Amino acid sequence: MLKFVSLLLALSFCQGLQHNNIDDYVEAEPVFEASKYGSLWPLPQKVQISEVSFKLTSSSFRIVDAKASSAGPSCSLLQSAYRRYYEYMFGSAKKQWWSKNNRRSDPSDLSELQVWITSPDSECDGYPSVTSDESCEYLPFLVHVMFYGGIQSGLETFSQLVFEDEYGAKSINAAIINDFPRFQHRGILLDSSRHFLPIKVILANLETMAMNKFNVFHWHIVDDQSFPYLSRTFPQLSEQGAYHPYTHVYTPADVKMVIEFARLRGIRVIPEFDTPGHTQSWGKGQKDLLTPCYSGSKPSGSFGPVNPILNTTYDFMAQFFTEISTVFPDGYVHLGGDEVDFTCWKSNPDIQKFMEQQHFGDDYRKLESFYIQKLLDIVTSTKKGYLIWQEVFDNGVKLKPDTVVHVWIGGGSDKEMSSVTAAGYTTILSAPWYLDYISYGQDWQKYYKVEPLNFEGTDEQKKLVIGGEACLWGEYVDATNLTPRLWPRASAVAERLWSAKDVTDIGDAFNRLSLHRCRMVERGIPAEPLFSSYCPHEYKGV
Amino acid sequence: MLKFVSLLLALSFCQGLQHNNIDDYVEAEPVFEASKYGSLWPLPQKVQISEVSFKLTSSTAVFISCFYIYLFKSLHIIYICDPSDLSELQVWITSPDSECDGYPSVTSDESYELTVNQPVAVLKAPKVWGALHGRIYSIYFLSIINDFPRFQHRGILLDSSRHFLPIKVILANLETMAMNKFNVFHWHIVDDQSFPYLSRTFPQLSEQGAYHPYTHVYTPADVKMVIEFARLRGIRVIPEFDTPGHTQSWGKGQKDLLTPCYSGSKPSGSFGPVNPILNTTYDFMAQFFTEISTVFPDGYVHLGGDEVDFTCWKSNPDIQKFMEQQHFGDDYRKLESFYIQKLLDIVTSTKKGYLIWQEVFDNGVKLKPDTVVHVWIGGGSDKEMSSVTAAGYTTILSAPWYLDYISYGQDWQKYYKVEPLNFEGTDEQKKLVIGGEACLWGEYVDATNLTPRLWPRASAVAERLWSAKDVTDIGDAFNRLSLHRCRMVERGIPAEPLFSSYCPHEYKGV
Repeated sequence: MLKFVSLLLALSFCQGLQHNNIDDYVEAEPVFEASKYGSLWPLPQKVQISEVSFKLTSSSFRIVDAKASSAGPSCSLLQSAYRRYYEYMFGSAKKQWWSKNNRRSDPSDLSELQVWITSPDSECDGYPSVTSDESCEYLPFLVHVMFYGGIQSGLETFSQLVFEDEYGAKSINAAIINDFPRFQHRGILLDSSRHFLPIKVILANLETMAMNKFNVFHWHIVDDQSFPYLSRTFPQLSEQGAYHPYTHVYTPADVKMVIEFARLRGIRVIPEFDTPGHTQSWGKGQKDLLTPCYSGSKPSGSFGPVNPILNTTYDFMAQFFTEISTVFPDGYVHLGGDEVDFTCWKSNPDIQKFMEQQHFGDDYRKLESFYIQKLLDIVTSTKKGYLIWQEVFDNGVKLKPDTVVHVWIGGGSDKEMSSVTAAGYTTILSAPWYLDYISYGQDWQKYYKVEPLNFEGTDEQKKLVIGGEACLWGEYVDATNLTPRLWPRASAVAERLWSAKDVTDIGDAFNRLSLHRCRMVERGIPAEPLFSSYCPHEYKGV
Repeated sequence: MLKFVSLLLALSFCQGLQHNNIDDYVEAEPVFEASKYGSLWPLPQKVQISEVSFKLTSSTAVFISCFYIYLFKSLHIIYICDPSDLSELQVWITSPDSECDGYPSVTSDESYELTVNQPVAVLKAPKVWGALHGRIYSIYFLSIINDFPRFQHRGILLDSSRHFLPIKVILANLETMAMNKFNVFHWHIVDDQSFPYLSRTFPQLSEQGAYHPYTHVYTPADVKMVIEFARLRGIRVIPEFDTPGHTQSWGKGQKDLLTPCYSGSKPSGSFGPVNPILNTTYDFMAQFFTEISTVFPDGYVHLGGDEVDFTCWKSNPDIQKFMEQQHFGDDYRKLESFYIQKLLDIVTSTKKGYLIWQEVFDNGVKLKPDTVVHVWIGGGSDKEMSSVTAAGYTTILSAPWYLDYISYGQDWQKYYKVEPLNFEGTDEQKKLVIGGEACLWGEYVDATNLTPRLWPRASAVAERLWSAKDVTDIGDAFNRLSLHRCRMVERGIPAEPLFSSYCPHEYKGV
């Protein structure tokens, strides 16, 4: 019978000598060894793998709905997931897997994966939400999946157990896996404003997110640099504010496609429309939205943050966010609120007058809070919850109890997590996971070693931390380099957010992640290497 | 006359606000403006631009129909826009021997002259190598370009040992090198980690030493293809077979080649550098480098010689005995020199010149006068350049251009600001600096990320090595390089962005 070890030998790491390093033999270099967990990533909560293995034959193996499952062939989400994972395991060029002819069964074959949705409501046609149950259980011959959220994770785990022997035959070991995520909110932030990201790039990264069990795509869709979101209500925003009005925009159809592609993979799409700062590109298409800056007594011709003293501003925001609430089905919108620069507001005589009227004194944070407060009321009226960057909380804006505060400022983020949760707010962490900051070497280890609950606070406070996000800001990233820069560095964050707190063995992580990275490469994703190594199937692109 | 304004508007940079930076409005961010040299990169030595006035008013879309002229039986591509204005590009090789079927060398004449005078443009070059560089990017506002490289040796080092690089990746980067007027591909083909070179004479080297004996090797046909692909683009291929260190992978297929390390009085089972005390070693090297000299047509081979660790040699009783016999005392550098000396003699007998890493020079090995010393150790490289040239050796510089060391932000500027002749020495010494190489070592680089990591960062090195010494305006460089990067993207090369920006035609891959 086949041994599981064959999978583990697929990758081999040689003694790593690094040019430019005179003390070669002194420095400890990572050496690849087989993990007892094979290539599983992120590591499931409970894993038992036996020595017994079964063959999987592409012509006879099928993924089917269990008889007792509450979801059937009419659930297109499941059917497309089955096909996707069949192709991951056997390749798309093979014999059509639904063909019933020529099936030859061997006693040592694993013939079927049964998918059993146990809850009466499979949520098959719904959207994933922050409360989606993503737990799943995997037994030999059978996968139980509770709710649809778990189907993605369950199939991914199943596919990660499949390995290829030296003759290319697929096998799988008998195993019992009981799995659920440690944190509900496991996100990736991509920035399509500093550089426009073609839809193809976004979809490829959603695909990769699913392989890493991420479940939130935080779409930082617009910013100062460009406004690629094509709004039905205000088309002039992208006409004037996008890098190009036709080639560098996301049409309603594009957005719909992204959302559906994500839904099929159990991923929520949370758009961010950041105001009142980071809005230079909005001003190009929307007259009077931004504050005119003054130089002395005259307008300087440049513009600052959103103008908070005009009623037209709030009329605009009400219409705009009404549109957003219908376009994006998720229950939450990210409203930004970070890095508001007061210089321009201070220079503007009308703003100064308003400050006086409102008795704000010289405290422009009060003006910012005034704006945000009104914006939050508008968004609340569209029946959406919201996420905001930490400054909004820091500045004392009144927030709804279900607001999610997004902690991003590096240095002191532990203290911030304490304060936010002490105030009773739900929070997500990004401060240690700014993946746009690159450096030489294996920085994935730095991301991996983060413990999100490592701040002072009660158990109640810790429960308010619902997860985190890896952020890849776009100043230096576009279609040419985004994917290899994100993966597998973000995979380190994926395991931290999914697996149990005590999964911290960096050596074992290296061994599993090396195989996981090659699996991503084999699936067509240019995930960059961890260190000197090879993959049996190298990346086919340039 | 066609308004070339459209080209200049192709890229636009917005006010750059950077998340994570509270002082947004204070920090100076690069702002794109049109350079008077358009998108020329690297900047030619002499450029005369006709006076055409134009306004950068709005993003008026001017549709340009582009077509390609294939030169030398489709050996090279020249891009010209709007055929209605310019009907012909005449290529005129002025020297009686065009060198069309030859290989480029360190003395190849790469100069060219480009005159644009409607309806015919003339590209005049003494040899084919110069004609390859005479690309027409922005024809409509250039009338005369007179161009030649500042340095003859302008190289890129790629490392196919730490990670195997599929042929497709190597070819794509040769293509991009040509777009940047690089003319040397330094192929660091084998190292400790793997031996992907399939040797006809010693096939067991890659059978045992490659990551995989069939899928992760370069066959003779592959190597031939790389060399010819490079030749057609005026690029020399210089292979590096680094010894006596960095040879772990050699030992897998070649018994007794490496020194057995000892732990106490017993062999430890691990191996050190090439064993310099056995005659079989030199027999092997003679055969091996004879093969290399026929496979690689270039006049030079890179012999490495860097980072030799003496620990293993010191542990081996046979080596100790040999040291005594040779009266080397405890100076293992003498043993290293002993080995290198014999190796250099072997390679000389194959009629090849050689390049070596700086340690070989530092250790006082006797070198042929035409040896090229490769300076790579960061910190003190100016002093090293002084010593090497004072000793009369030709040299190339890589120390400031280790592109595998990545950092956040626009590090191309750091590479761009290097002045290779900025060391103490006479004019005679400076003349011995024939160029430099950008090195992309492979520990963290493979097919998935090599190309965007290399370009356009290596383009900064390209201009430093090609253009005149006084071409140092970083703002103008930013403006031209931004357009040059989009041109590479449009040609299918995933060259990464310099900063927040867009290209009219974004990269089509993932």
